[in-house]
Amino acid sequence: MRPVAVVGIGKTAFGAFPDRTLRSLAVEAGEKCMTDAGVSPSQIEAFYLGNFAGPAFVGQNHLAPYIAGSLGLTGVPCTRFEAACASGGSAFFHAVSSVAAGLNDIVLVAGVEKMTSQTTPKVTEILAGAGDMAGEGRAGATFPALFAMIARRHMHQYGTTREHLAAVAVKNHANGAKNPLAHMRKVITMEQALAGKMISEPLTVFDCSLISDGAAAVIIVPLERASEFTDLPVRILGIAQTSDYVALDAKADITTFWAVHEAAEKAYKMAHVSARDIEFAEVHDCFTIAEIIATEDLGFVKKGEGGWYALEGRTCLRAERPINASGGLKAKGHPVGATGVGQICDVALQIRGGAGELQLDRHSLGLAQNLGGSGATAVVTVMGGI
Amino acid sequence: MNTGVIYTETVVHAAPAEFVADAPYQLAIVSLDSGGRLTARIAGERVKIGDKVELVETRDGVEYFRKQ
Repeated sequence: MRPVAVVGIGKTAFGAFPDRTLRSLAVEAGEKCMTDAGVSPSQIEAFYLGNFAGPAFVGQNHLAPYIAGSLGLTGVPCTRFEAACASGGSAFFHAVSSVAAGLNDIVLVAGVEKMTSQTTPKVTEILAGAGDMAGEGRAGATFPALFAMIARRHMHQYGTTREHLAAVAVKNHANGAKNPLAHMRKVITMEQALAGKMISEPLTVFDCSLISDGAAAVIIVPLERASEFTDLPVRILGIAQTSDYVALDAKADITTFWAVHEAAEKAYKMAHVSARDIEFAEVHDCFTIAEIIATEDLGFVKKGEGGWYALEGRTCLRAERPINASGGLKAKGHPVGATGVGQICDVALQIRGGAGELQLDRHSLGLAQNLGGSGATAVVTVMGGI
Repeated sequence: MNTGVIYTETVVHAAPAEFVADAPYQLAIVSLDSGGRLTARIAGERVKIGDKVELVETRDGVEYFRKQ
């Protein structure tokens, strides 16, 4: 396998943009990324797109060539990847696989979602389609409901509290307030987080990520060619995608995302590192409980101790191992298909030292963790500088 | 298949479009005494983890359990 490097990154702001189309968001991210890498469309050999539900959200299918055409990119394989909230991570994993295998040299990966043109109940319904619609969906399970049931069980087994959950929201909002591309640039207090409107007990509105529009893109090449495009290549040291059952009631233990644990083990092994070597991480906090479980599944803290880890401030911006310095999905926003690619951009930006006010002190080895549904797809990527 | 124990539960306040009229409603994963787990609705009194429940009815393809 050939080593692979990220040589270009590009993101739109995440937010509610009534005047923007899905295509225009994806094109903006793609063009920013090509400019960053100094790559022209004619050099790109394949296009991988992460998108969860463009057909349902905006009524457009055949999205990969649709977007590629607007980027001036034709005559190459253009494919959309759908893996619920891990659609972006899955597109990235397969793009990296193709470059590592020697099939392609210069590959563009983008992720995009346009969600805010639908009402919240309709968005809730479309998102529920990432679960088992014949089982939990039929019974009335929303995604907040599935993660609420995960939170309840985690609280029951480990003594996790609502304050633990709220600590994640407070920290991610504090970080997001400093991120110029974040959807929600607003600091919140513990009191506000605890008093939020109830969505699905015990999760309040402050425990849930945002319904957002947005896009992100990266360009990857073989490491040996990285210097043609940038002085600051970011190496993909380890990457894995894994799967588990879609239905929450089919999983033996819902307080852990087994697929994440497995993906992390594989990615660490490929990168020749262990959890304790990771200096910072962007994790999939679609709900606050998901960040707590991610810190456990990734091996940063013992099983069941994620809540205390968050409450003690050990995941904050200036802590030993910051989690979601970008503000996470909670504050940055969660345009579903864009999220996994956006995480790669955020980790790469830190490694390049370009994160401005959010720049971390230790930033040579970072991790991105993208989760699909209630854990049926997981992608973990370990990245480092050269 | 008719009895079990609550493995986890939630009360849904923000419902999907199809179930907006039902909200708030309690949803639970029931560990069935006959084996396996099932996501179902709760009828009547609210339940918590560990409560014993029994099947009341199946309506529109959804099982409704209540506290025993």
